Amino acid sequence: MDAKQFIAQRTAKFFKDNDLVNLGIGMPTMCMAYIDPSIDVWFQSENGIIGMTGAPKEGEPVDYDVVDAGGSPTGMRPGTSCFSSFTSFGYIRGGHVDYTVLGAYEVDQEGNLANWMIPGKAAAGMGGAMDLVTGAKCTIVMTVHCDKTGKSKIVRKTKLPLTGVGVVDYVVTEKCVFHFTKEGMVLEELAPGETVENIKAITDCDIIVPDVIKSMVD
Amino acid sequence: MAKSKVVTVEEAMEHCFDGMTVLLPGFVNCGVSETLIDGLMQKGVKDLNIISNNTSIKGKGIGRLVHDNRIKHITCSHIGNNTETVEKVVAGEINITFVPQGSLCEKTRAGGAGIGGILTPTGVGTPMQDGKQLLEWDDAEGKYKFVSPDDPIKGRRFILELPLHGDVCFIHAWKADKMGNVVYHRTARNFNEPFATAADLVICEAEEIVEVGELDPDMINTPGALVDFVVQARKVEE
Repeated sequence: MDAKQFIAQRTAKFFKDNDLVNLGIGMPTMCMAYIDPSIDVWFQSENGIIGMTGAPKEGEPVDYDVVDAGGSPTGMRPGTSCFSSFTSFGYIRGGHVDYTVLGAYEVDQEGNLANWMIPGKAAAGMGGAMDLVTGAKCTIVMTVHCDKTGKSKIVRKTKLPLTGVGVVDYVVTEKCVFHFTKEGMVLEELAPGETVENIKAITDCDIIVPDVIKSMVD
Repeated sequence: MAKSKVVTVEEAMEHCFDGMTVLLPGFVNCGVSETLIDGLMQKGVKDLNIISNNTSIKGKGIGRLVHDNRIKHITCSHIGNNTETVEKVVAGEINITFVPQGSLCEKTRAGGAGIGGILTPTGVGTPMQDGKQLLEWDDAEGKYKFVSPDDPIKGRRFILELPLHGDVCFIHAWKADKMGNVVYHRTARNFNEPFATAADLVICEAEEIVEVGELDPDMINTPGALVDFVVQARKVEE
């Protein structure tokens, strides 16, 4: 299992029966494969669907009028509903989505999220991300802990243009889980073999270390 | 007896003009009015101000207008599915205004519903508040106050987003009757339903045109009263 699969496996454990979950395109979509089959989760896509099941497998029928947040065809389970994007964003902004799961360029210790533009680089646009992090009951960021240069993506204060202020509830990396609380950023779980000292050494942030730290695989 | 609004694409294009603001619903390739965009391409309409969620993919839908340099300005939430749009924006050939997807919905809804603007928490503290009025709820006084971005935060903040309205809107229906009552299909409904309220003139292309009275009134997503013309949509290769 690689780092991204490990992150997806842990993130999938957040969801409970009847939760309404929005998975961003890219790594978050991988969570679908790791959900406990005994848990019944409903997946929402912001363009206007609750009940999507992911890309049709080979041989399954494809309906190009049923697409996910990336515009790719997705399946529908019995009980699916389709509605306008306007209605969909009302559900999102109105606090009816339990979890939104996204990637990040950077998250800082105050729970600020930057994931839509890097100054000087062409921006693709924020799409629905700003509404999702503003409205969802819980925002989870999935990211590898460090970028390709070895720099932590969880930082003391991000200088990048923000997607949302203080919106992040959890960051899940291949090394640990941070929980953002009123008191600050809590190191809640560690991956097998990881140590508090190593997390502190690679993450230049004020980290609250509780008495008991859980394992990410329990 | 309801009067038929069915016309040819060419007749519908008589109402489209250079420099118009056109609302183009669709989510990437889903629910895009390809037949009416054919009409714009053939007529040579240019200098378009486009309000859309995104710009399809390269060579399809709105991407055809991008490729042929028909667009002066785009208001949208995302262009990542179309590399050509990104290139033209970077080169300064197309002006762009990014709007968060949910705010785009509400701005057009406001434009279509006679509402003077909306207050949204989306984008507060991000570049989306730049140049816009910011309001903060004062719990003690029980009212909103205008604030500056640098003021200390004392309550929940909202951005005042103004309405969007266009000259023309193209909608893509699964079924429409001859007077323009519309049923959308699955996620192809996306921006078609809100955008259809926010233009002076609404042109509908329909995959299937049926007789008036055939559609169940409870199933109609956009009433024909909002639709000016109905055009037969061509079959689209996926």
